[in-house]
Parts: sequence; C-alpha cells; structure tokens
Amino acid sequence: MSYSLQSFLIVSSLLFCLGMFTVLTRRNAIGVLMGIELILNGAGLNFVAFSRFLQPSQTASLLSGQIFTLFIIAIAAAEVAVALAIVLVLYSQMKTIDVEDFKELRG
Amino acid sequence: MIPKAFILSNLQGLPFVSPEIILTATIILLLVVGVVLPRYRLVFTVLALLGLIGSLLPLWKLPPPQPNLTYLSGLFVWDWLTFFFKPFFVVAGGFVILMTQASGDIDNVEYSECTILVLAVTMGMMLLVASKDLLMIFLAFETMGILSYLLVGMRAGDVRSGEAALKYVLYGAFTSGTMLFGFSLLFGLAGSTDLMEISRQVVAASQNSQDKILLIVAVLFFLAGLLFKTASFPFHFWCPDVYEGAPTPITAFLSVGPKAAGFALFIRLFYPLFTTGAQGGMYESISGLDWPSILALVSALTMTLGNVAAIHQNNLKRLLAYSSIAHAGYLLMGIVALSDLGLRAVTFYLVVYLFMNLGAFGVVAMVANGGGSEEIDSYRGLGSRAPYVCVAMAIFLFSLIGLPPFAGFVGKIYLFAAVIYKKIYWLAVVAALNTVVSLYYYLRVVKAMFLEKPIEESQMQISLGSHALLLALLIPTLGLGIYWQPLAKVVSGMF
Repeated sequence: MSYSLQSFLIVSSLLFCLGMFTVLTRRNAIGVLMGIELILNGAGLNFVAFSRFLQPSQTASLLSGQIFTLFIIAIAAAEVAVALAIVLVLYSQMKTIDVEDFKELRG
Repeated sequence: MIPKAFILSNLQGLPFVSPEIILTATIILLLVVGVVLPRYRLVFTVLALLGLIGSLLPLWKLPPPQPNLTYLSGLFVWDWLTFFFKPFFVVAGGFVILMTQASGDIDNVEYSECTILVLAVTMGMMLLVASKDLLMIFLAFETMGILSYLLVGMRAGDVRSGEAALKYVLYGAFTSGTMLFGFSLLFGLAGSTDLMEISRQVVAASQNSQDKILLIVAVLFFLAGLLFKTASFPFHFWCPDVYEGAPTPITAFLSVGPKAAGFALFIRLFYPLFTTGAQGGMYESISGLDWPSILALVSALTMTLGNVAAIHQNNLKRLLAYSSIAHAGYLLMGIVALSDLGLRAVTFYLVVYLFMNLGAFGVVAMVANGGGSEEIDSYRGLGSRAPYVCVAMAIFLFSLIGLPPFAGFVGKIYLFAAVIYKKIYWLAVVAALNTVVSLYYYLRVVKAMFLEKPIEESQMQISLGSHALLLALLIPTLGLGIYWQPLAKVVSGMF
C-alpha cells in the first residue's frame, strides 16, 4: 500500500491546527507547551514528507528535509527543557501553573 | 567517504566564522572560570569584553564582503549585511555586559551565568545575520530565542522575573513554531533550503495560482516569527510584561539585540525571496503577493498602539517598552519602502537606536540602584540630585522623540524620506502624528526630573563607572546627530 504526499500534508496540517487550538485555549502552562510541540511536529512531518516525495533540485541533497527534522527534534527538546525549568521555578513560588494566575505584570 | 574537495572548501570557510569560534572559546573559558573563581564580577566582565573585542579582530583580516561569497557548504554568506551587523551585535553585547556589571539587578551568584548567556545570545545573533540557509536561520534564531528566555528569568527568587520569562517562552516558542511551519511550506515549494535556490523557485511559483496560495500562507507564517522578535503588532503584547519583569540590563539587551536581528532577518529573508530585482535601487514585490501593503498597515498600527499605550504608563520601564514597540513601527516604514533608500534608513536608525535606547535603559538601571525606583514618581526633582544622569536621560529621550540636533532626528529623517520617496504619504502622516503624541510621554519624564520638587534632598550615589558608561553612549547619540555622514556613507555602501 502506498501513500501520497497529500495524505501526509493533511496529517501535518491537522497537527498544526490542533497545536494552534491547544495553545490558544489551554490555561495550563504545560498544556500550552504540548500545543507548541504539536506545531513543531507538524512542521517536522512536512519536511520529511516533502523530502521523500519531491524531486529534489540540483543543489539540494536528498536528505536535507530529514536532517532538518532531526534538528527540529533537538531544538524542541532544548526549548521544552528551558520552558519546564521556568515553570518549575514559578510553581515553587506560586503553587500554580495556570497562566491566568500570573498577574503581577500588567497595565 | 567524504570527498577531499569538500573538506578543503570547508576548511577555507573556517576563517569567516572565526568571530563565532572566538566567542565560543570565551564562553567555555568563562564556564571554567565560573567553577574556579566564582563571585569575582570583574574577572568575568574583563574576560567577556576581551572575548568580544577579540572576536572583532579577525573581521579586518578577511577579504572584503561580496554578495555571492558563501562559506561552509553554502550555509553562510559573507556580504555587507553580515559584515555590518556582526560588530553591531558585539557592541550591543559589550555595553550590556558593562551595564550588568554596574547594576545591582543581577547578584554575584548569577553574574557568571548571565555573562555567558549574553555572549551566547550575541553569538546566535551573529550567526543569524550571516545565514543564507533555512536550516541555519532556524538554528540561529532558536539559539538567540531560547537563551534570551533564560536571561529574562535570571533572577530566580523574583516572581516577576519568572512570570516575564514564562510569558516570553510561551509566546516565543509559539511564534517560532509557526515560522518553522512556514519554512516547511517553502521547502516543499522549492525543494531546497538554500535561500538563493528558493528565490528562483518562488518566482516560478508566483505564476501558478495553486502554488501562490501556499506562498501567501508561508509569508504570513514568516511574519509571525519576525513580528514577534521585533515586537510589532499583532505580536507585541509580550513586550511590556517581559521588559518590565526582566532585569533592566537584560531589558536593554532585548530591546536592541533581538529586535535588530529581527530587522536584519527581514532584509535577509524578504528582499531576496519576495521581491524581484533591484532596478535603480527600487524593488518590486512579487506579483500578486502584496506583503508591503500588509506591512505598511502593521507599521501604522504598531506605532500608533505603542505611542497611545505609553501615555498612561507610570512605570518607566513599561513606558520605554511601549516606546520600543512604537520604534519597531517607525523601523518597519523603511522595510515597507521597498528601496535601497529604505534599507539604508533602517540600518542607520538601528545604529542610532542602539545607543539611545541602551542609554535610556542604562539610566533607569542606575536610578533604581541609586535608591530610586522604576516609577516615574521617583524621578521627581532628580535633576538637582543627580544632574549629570538627568541631563543624559533628557538627551536620550529627546533623541528617541527625534528632535534635532540629536541622532534620532537624522535617523527619522531618513525613514520619512524613504516612505515619501515611495509616495506612501499616508504612512508618513501617521508617523508624524505619532511623533507628536510621543512628545507628551517622553516630556513627562523630563518635566518630572527638572520642573518638579524633589522628594528628598540628598545627592544620589552614582558610581564613576556608570558615569563613564553613560558618556560612552552619549558621544554617539550627540555625535551622530551632528556628524552623521561617515555612518551614512558606510550604510549606503551596503545596499
């Protein structure tokens, strides 16, 4: 059984939209981070799918999309590590990770 | 097996990244020193500054920049934009390290980490302006981003600092994820991550109605990331909160460093990809892809929103945050102008903005350390308690307004000239009206300093080092207002 490029693109667009929806609706900081992760994975899936299905141009190597995705995974991990550290510090001080409870800075 | 020619060409490219290599070496050295000699602030400052100066030295030994000189497998390009912005970021990083040294915002325990992070963000920005490949742009963009989230949350015991960091990391990761999705669409369109190859494919794609939709979506996603970094409408809302919560020297860094990097990326990404050729210094946006009109609207909204919101602020850091949003709007005028004139104006204004904005935030940090606070109320009558600092502050604020004979005036004239030359008169009118509005809130600070009665009589204690730092920022702010031709000449050689 073979899959077309379109089916991959539909899945990645779905991932992106779900991620966007999660980011915009969640109040829990970790929930928002999961939404961001979905967006990044949608982009990663796009890169792999395009790299597999498209006739690469002369200057591009066959694997550039896959390599890009590996970097995305690494960067996403770094980003989450930093974000979780910040969430942890805030939790130890405020005993909450609800983003709407952080109201020190406004005006 | 790797072909031999490949290794050679990469080895030949190494001297071009020597600034970054020297900075990395300095960072590793500082990590070691941080273990052996913690809490000696001066040691870190001196080493970091030596590293920054050292990273500039190889620049003069390298061949002159050329538009097509690429190195390291075509990941980077050695053109005037790279050559100009590398020293720019080094200067920004250097001033911020000096400000952190003089400021009490960061205590001795966190100082070593703070210095290292500032150097690393500087390195990320230097890589960003040099990249001409989507992968490298993404990596440098995230290096700059992730480390600046940490810098904002540097004061571990402070809830406000943590809250600012959380807001910054959530919005930042979201917008850079969106931008990355745009990258992936562009990769699908062009089948390559190389900007030159993509720009060839984009022209072809704009002829095809199906591909064009994809292109429009990609441009909009790009804008999310870039407008976030430059703190422009509609991605500006993080800016006041983050600027207020972050330690003041870091706020100063964010307001000039990543913002300038965002504008450099605008020039790097949007002009080669979404315009067709420079004829007589004018560019055309790709047919049917009217991003300049969108950006013109964004520019007008950004400056209006920034200036109107600044009027009600009582916290000076927040006021300057809104002022920095307004300045992003002014700078976007140069991008919208679609001409070499506009690009020169943006670059010129970024240099001017670097000095005057660092100066304004520097004064905020000094006054807060000298026993005052960040509220405008604590600036009442400060003119008699710390005359030198207040005169400096007044000059920085006048320059931010754009009054002659200060550097901000010259920069603004260039920006206005660029949009008027392009005949976008309405934008020039909006910007002029905005400048008038901005007079009110900047002058409110000046009035508090010089015309109101002091809350106490004692002289404010400001260290000699802080005075010297202010002087170093004052000289260009005044000098470029009177004698700007050398900088204008450098900038017009770039585009």
